[in-house]
Amino acid sequence: MTDSGQRKALPELPQARLAVPFLDIDKIIGDRDTKIIICCGSGGVGKTTTSAAIALRAAEAGRKVVVLTIDPARRLAQSLGVGELDNTPRPVPVIDSAAGGSLDAMMLDMKGTFDDVVIAHSTPEKAEAILQNQFYVALSSEFSGTQEYMAMEKLGQLHSEAEAHGTWDLIVVDTPPARSALDFLDAPEHLSSLLDGRFLRLLMPPARGPLRLMSAGFSMMSAVITKILGAQIINDVKTFVRAFEALFGGFRQRATATFQLLSSRHSTFLVVATPQHDALREAAYFVDRLTEEAMPISGMVINRVHTSALALSPERALAVAEDLADTSAVVEVEALRRHANLMRLIATESRQIERFASARPTVAQTQVQSLPTDVTDLAALRRVGYLLADKD
Amino acid sequence: MSPRHTLHIVSGKGGTGKTTVAGALGCALATSGRRVLVCEVEGRQGISELFDVPPLTGAEERRISRTPAGGAVYGLAIDAEDALMEYLDTFYHLSLAGKALDRFGAVDFATSIAPGLRDVLLTGKVYEAVRRKIKNRPNAYDAVVLDAPPTGRIAQFLNVHAAVAGLAKVGPIRNQADSIMRLLRSATTTVHVVTLLEDMPVTETEEAVAALRPTQIRIGTVIENMVTPTPLSQDQLQAAATGSVILKVPGLTMKQNQALAKEFGIEAGRTLQEQQRHDRLTALAVPLVQISLDHGGIDEGAIFAIAEQLTDQMNLEAA
Repeated sequence: MTDSGQRKALPELPQARLAVPFLDIDKIIGDRDTKIIICCGSGGVGKTTTSAAIALRAAEAGRKVVVLTIDPARRLAQSLGVGELDNTPRPVPVIDSAAGGSLDAMMLDMKGTFDDVVIAHSTPEKAEAILQNQFYVALSSEFSGTQEYMAMEKLGQLHSEAEAHGTWDLIVVDTPPARSALDFLDAPEHLSSLLDGRFLRLLMPPARGPLRLMSAGFSMMSAVITKILGAQIINDVKTFVRAFEALFGGFRQRATATFQLLSSRHSTFLVVATPQHDALREAAYFVDRLTEEAMPISGMVINRVHTSALALSPERALAVAEDLADTSAVVEVEALRRHANLMRLIATESRQIERFASARPTVAQTQVQSLPTDVTDLAALRRVGYLLADKD
Repeated sequence: MSPRHTLHIVSGKGGTGKTTVAGALGCALATSGRRVLVCEVEGRQGISELFDVPPLTGAEERRISRTPAGGAVYGLAIDAEDALMEYLDTFYHLSLAGKALDRFGAVDFATSIAPGLRDVLLTGKVYEAVRRKIKNRPNAYDAVVLDAPPTGRIAQFLNVHAAVAGLAKVGPIRNQADSIMRLLRSATTTVHVVTLLEDMPVTETEEAVAALRPTQIRIGTVIENMVTPTPLSQDQLQAAATGSVILKVPGLTMKQNQALAKEFGIEAGRTLQEQQRHDRLTALAVPLVQISLDHGGIDEGAIFAIAEQLTDQMNLEAA
């Protein structure tokens, strides 16, 4: 029997203690040098909730926070209880601002951000030509990688605004689900290699200098491409590239600057997961990738960890349930069966977490227990924030 | 008689277990003597992980499971670049040109930045697998299961027409898109949406169903995954959830009984919420299928157990 449950509202069964470092969220948000927190992880692990909970906790601890979600679903809006999120950060009104903090929230409007960049960095005529271009329309609204590029743009914009006006001193970023979230890291390079790359250059006549030598090979290739895609797309791309050329440099420059910002000591990455095999496998990929890129990674948030305050083994619970099966104690039987299931689930989860931790023992961890209801209001977000920061 | 479905497309919000359900559906369809292909398109190696076999690479279609019913399940991880090379080779005998294109970064360009082309290539490969003929059999596979992108992207992924609309109004890609669209809209294709009985997955399921309706692609079932069935009535659950139940399990101390009652109260509350979400899904007027939660984790036995639940509820085609 454990007595640890007496002290807290949501009691826990002591879990197999892992010799892994604790991820101290309060230390991270309390450090004024932390200016950007990026939450990444696979879909459905509670990234958006985690980002919002950290943002809220930081704001109520006195930080001036803006939280940016680049997830297309309107989940953050739901979690923050604000009706609509758009490309402009909006204040979340009912937070506790006693410590002098504030919280703004926004959702990335991918196309809107792209349009803004085009308008801000070209002449009105050129901007018009770009915005009307079929290829641009498709690129800015449908291509999934555009999200990451635009997230970099937006993050850069928010950071400049924060630096220039002191509007915010902490930016919390939620990322798109799945591995594409790390395209974030590739964005500057990817952008230059694709938009500024050899292939597009080859498409642009006239080829001068050494490129001219390749033109025979190229005309064969161009014919193949035209054959596959049709002539119209090639024309659209050419027009687009011509109009867009002036923007390339700026794009790359800003993306590179944001990349450097992300690798600096002012940023930190949190990898979010749940204690299931798939989610932890993805988390391992994120951790390894971030480590490889020498990105500042603080640790792992493991959400939805199940707990029980009743130290009754599943075997015993089921045995008692079986004894009671033919009695009128139907509720007892069901309660015992559910408890047995829960205990089996807890065992499976802690096995998964242990496996992960033994393979990556230096990665700090914090666990958030599974909550009885969905997180849909500020009170629940505050509770998640508390659990995130709580060592037990 | 319900139509024979040869292509099953499985989508769902991240974390709902769509890959597991896709794998289990593959097993359920692989009845005696049948061959079923399960393919994935997101480069996650989810299928090989699920069946605990070495990663599926290149264009390899490898047998990953033999079902208890005597069928065979094959796995394929579709890669857009491989699909483009294969496309060039099949339609233009251009494998060399393909390599040249690769050298110039054109393949990267075409599959990464030409919007929609990647999706056309991925669905194109699925189309090829569904239509492929081999000697002595009407089709290479009796059924194909596609572990498709998540609900947030599924309508866009399958709406190949819209994807190429801004890309090519005429030409071979357009023709290819037309054929794929015809297959997707035919009576032999069906989409299944996997969900948990939680608020956000249910909301995304509603949105996905609404987004799919205009595409004229048939929605087969909504699959409620990881459901905990209960023999208790609404009233009994309600009483437990509000804490007005006193449990008297013999052999447990009063404190233990209280802890159990509190724990069960939370579980009962969850079950009540699940029932409300089930009602929301009922309003979609799409057949619902329930898969019960396996607390022991997923292994081959668990996949077969899920397959059995699918067989019982889904009216899958006869062999």
